[in-house]
Amino acid sequence: MKRTPRDQAESERRITRRGLILAGAQLGVVGILVARMRHLQLEQSSEFRLLAEENRINVRLLPPPRGRIFDRNGEVLADNEQLYRIVIVREDAGDVDEVLARLARLLPLETEDIERVRAEIYRRSPFVPVTVAERLHWEDVAEVAVNTPALPGVNPEVGLSRVYPLGEDFAHVVGYVGPVSDYDLSRIENPDPLLQIPRYQIGKTGVEAKLEDALRGRAGTRRIEVNAVGRVMRELDRQPGQPGADVELTIDAGLQNFVQARLGRESASAVVLDTETGDILALASSPSFDPNKFVRGISVADYRALTDTPLRPLANKAVQGTYPPGSTFKMVVALAALEEGVIKPEETVWCPGYKELGRRRFHCWKRGGHGHVNLIDSLEQSCDVYYYEVAEKVGIEKIAAMARRLGLGAQFNLPLSAVARGLTPDKDWKRRNRGADWLIGDTLNAGIGQGYVLASPLQLAVMTARLASGRALEPRLVRRLGEAEQPPAPARDLGIDPGHLRLVRRGMLAVTNNRRGTAWSSRVELAEMKIAGKTGTSQVRNISAAERESGVLDNDEVPWEQRDHALFVAFAPYDAPRLACSVVVEHGGGGSTAAAPIARDIMLAALSGGMPPLEAYPAAQRREIGDRLRALNLRQYRNGEDGRGRSRA
Amino acid sequence: MSYLEYTVQRIPTGPRKILYMNWPLVLLTLAVAAVGFVMLYSVSGGAFSTWAEPQMKRFALGLGVMFGVAMVPIWFWRNVAGLAFALSLVLLLFVEFFGVTGMGAQRWIALGPIRLQPSELTKITLVMVLAAYYDWLDVRKVSHPLWVAVPLVLILIPTALVLKQPDLGTALLLLAGGAVVMFLAGVHWAYFAAVAGAAGGLVGAVFASRGTSWQLLKDYQYRRIDTFLDPSSDPLGAGYHITQAKIALGSGGWAGRGYMQGTQTRLNFLPEKHTDFIFTTLAEEFGFVGSFSLLLLYVLIVGFCIHSALTNRDRFGALLTLGIAATFFLYFAVNMSMVMGLAPVVGVPLPLVSYGGSAMMVLMGAFGLVQSAHVHRPRSRG
Repeated sequence: MKRTPRDQAESERRITRRGLILAGAQLGVVGILVARMRHLQLEQSSEFRLLAEENRINVRLLPPPRGRIFDRNGEVLADNEQLYRIVIVREDAGDVDEVLARLARLLPLETEDIERVRAEIYRRSPFVPVTVAERLHWEDVAEVAVNTPALPGVNPEVGLSRVYPLGEDFAHVVGYVGPVSDYDLSRIENPDPLLQIPRYQIGKTGVEAKLEDALRGRAGTRRIEVNAVGRVMRELDRQPGQPGADVELTIDAGLQNFVQARLGRESASAVVLDTETGDILALASSPSFDPNKFVRGISVADYRALTDTPLRPLANKAVQGTYPPGSTFKMVVALAALEEGVIKPEETVWCPGYKELGRRRFHCWKRGGHGHVNLIDSLEQSCDVYYYEVAEKVGIEKIAAMARRLGLGAQFNLPLSAVARGLTPDKDWKRRNRGADWLIGDTLNAGIGQGYVLASPLQLAVMTARLASGRALEPRLVRRLGEAEQPPAPARDLGIDPGHLRLVRRGMLAVTNNRRGTAWSSRVELAEMKIAGKTGTSQVRNISAAERESGVLDNDEVPWEQRDHALFVAFAPYDAPRLACSVVVEHGGGGSTAAAPIARDIMLAALSGGMPPLEAYPAAQRREIGDRLRALNLRQYRNGEDGRGRSRA
Repeated sequence: MSYLEYTVQRIPTGPRKILYMNWPLVLLTLAVAAVGFVMLYSVSGGAFSTWAEPQMKRFALGLGVMFGVAMVPIWFWRNVAGLAFALSLVLLLFVEFFGVTGMGAQRWIALGPIRLQPSELTKITLVMVLAAYYDWLDVRKVSHPLWVAVPLVLILIPTALVLKQPDLGTALLLLAGGAVVMFLAGVHWAYFAAVAGAAGGLVGAVFASRGTSWQLLKDYQYRRIDTFLDPSSDPLGAGYHITQAKIALGSGGWAGRGYMQGTQTRLNFLPEKHTDFIFTTLAEEFGFVGSFSLLLLYVLIVGFCIHSALTNRDRFGALLTLGIAATFFLYFAVNMSMVMGLAPVVGVPLPLVSYGGSAMMVLMGAFGLVQSAHVHRPRSRG
């Protein structure tokens, strides 16, 4: 390939020139590459370092054990039990089908369970543990654990689950936990990240819900390094959380059990208070339900059964239910009148069976009338006419003020769901809420605890405790929260003349201990357990004039939901009151027949610290009552059952 | 003056040739390959036998090839350039019909244990044949349309075959490598301007054809372009690779996270970390210092090649050396741009560092050609 020297020179010149141009262009590209390196590695380095850390580090929450709940004697009301979960890891299992088949021989697995697990196993990465069965007890897991060599990739994992050993007795007070719902999350500002954990459970009702923050504790964290597909490579560090605080309630679990059993299947509620401290010793609402069912996830059928009944098992009637207090309100009216000086104890009122106001007649419960009635008689026999007269004299404002002093219409600060306020009406209230002026007739109705007056069983118990002690007791439910003792609120003196209080108490003593008393049949024979009380029967329906003409129907003759509520409030022992209680039996009929016997049993049980002593009852009643008490389904007599509903998942 | 004359008088012969080789280039090649071994050891998580060992064996073989090729006089290679090109075309056609499918494309021929990638070979044989063509062509005819058409055809045939595999990255590298040789040979500017305009039109057509019946690229190729243009649009899908690569690069910082300490690499956040994305591991573990140093080594290799070419009076030798240097430059420039998010992910390995047999062998052969041109360059008579 010969070339002329000229051509050769031209060729070399051109190659050199173009080669240098190319080299220049390449240097330009290199410049761009270096600039890019500088930008990524020097200028944005810290941001990318952060992104790399976010890539590799996952923070896992370590749920703290939930605080336990105890009664006043240290009996466990809400506990955490260890439940086991069987998980399988595909990459360790080898032949998944074979391992699952072997597992099915040890665990109660349905075919569809196995299909679900199989599908999940093959959908997830091979190292992800898939849950085969959960909510298992150790007895179920033990067999799997023993057979581990034949079950490669199968591991039992332990977790904590809430359990309520006393079941129905504390369904309303302690409440229950359940999975976090979207609604729960929407209500909380800055929800604890714990709540985002799948199937994490929080308190839904009662103490569990109201003391949720203390019971929950603080989550620990575990920082782990994961690779691109999420496999955990190692744990970097671990910060322990703080376990939830234990809570000690003022309730006495034994008494609570007795009260719950004594209320039976009635739609009823009862509250027992300590008149020294205001401690709530028992607070029961019936019918009740098994809160453990909610922890596990209640079935639709079970839930329907709880909601589709007029007995409202889910409601805590002791604090949520409000009723016209009926005659149990008469102590309030009497005290208001005594304090205002508008009546003298020995002054009598003539009761012809009714009081006329204009053209309206206000009837006494006793059609024939009580004749001459003084203050003690009026309480003893629950004369309505006496209180019509007294209420008219003292006026609604003073009555309402006295009611409030005794705790009616107050919303007590208790960690319970939907604590009701009740209603203590006055003129102002009626103007604002009904847009009408207060009428004398309203005062007369309020005088016997009817009309607008509403009170919860808890409020009635507080009222009775205040009457018995003369002090402004506040009910207390929590004795200790974590390490912190919760002392009873200092109860100042009510400022009511002790003589007036004594009069009212004497009237209440007459109710249960005088032959003419409305609760004479519920008297106590033992002097050291003497009970003073007051019956109440609150009307649910209006009795028309026509009906009154033809004779008022007996409670047995009307449908259940139209029957009167039966109420009874009591304190004991009369000489040195220690306890106060209230019992409300919805649509139970009369207070003396439906509520007073229950209250007596409860008070005797509370006073004796066990079963009511039979010798406290009138001799004629002992056999019948003995049979009835023995028939109660009490915990200490239930053998072979630990009260803990248990089932396989 | 015939070649024979100066061969006898000036060109070193026998084993003495080794002394006349471009030794800085050899040493630079060794240095880059060593970086490769170190990085392959790291990405395998400290396992020597996974990638580092086979790569070293291949490199040793490659060194043998390089020395072998370097010993053969450059005019022999010029004479067989056409034959070599024809052979690579045959192999490309063979791949088309009998190739092994990998990663959605037909790229390999299985020859016993060796997997040959003819498209890699073609990159060099194309440069060879073009250099030989321009060596043969009268310098004054270089810009004549007829004589421009010939190399165009030579370039487009293998490009079309490679594009059909489909391997967009290699096709573009072939086009660019061929164009560089034409440019160096002195083809008139106007042609390049025209081609650039046409390329612009083609890009327009490529995008316009998307979703129609005459779609020019495969769907995955469009997706790569999409994610290149906006990686954040698909952070867990196709954009994942680019995003993770940038995180790895960036988190390296000035001095890197330490050898074998790169979390992005070790925890598998990086895709194809032993092949196309190996640069990200280097950048993560050795930081700016490490990545800049590797780039410097590459630039020096290209620089020594260019220096050798510009001092070589043999037209074939000079064109061949420059063409190979340009191809080599395109390799690492495209790879680095790709992992740094400057170019779409087209599947170009990092030369001499990425794990892979064909590319390494072909590159070492190409450096052998550069050495041959260097050793056998005409010496002026004092």
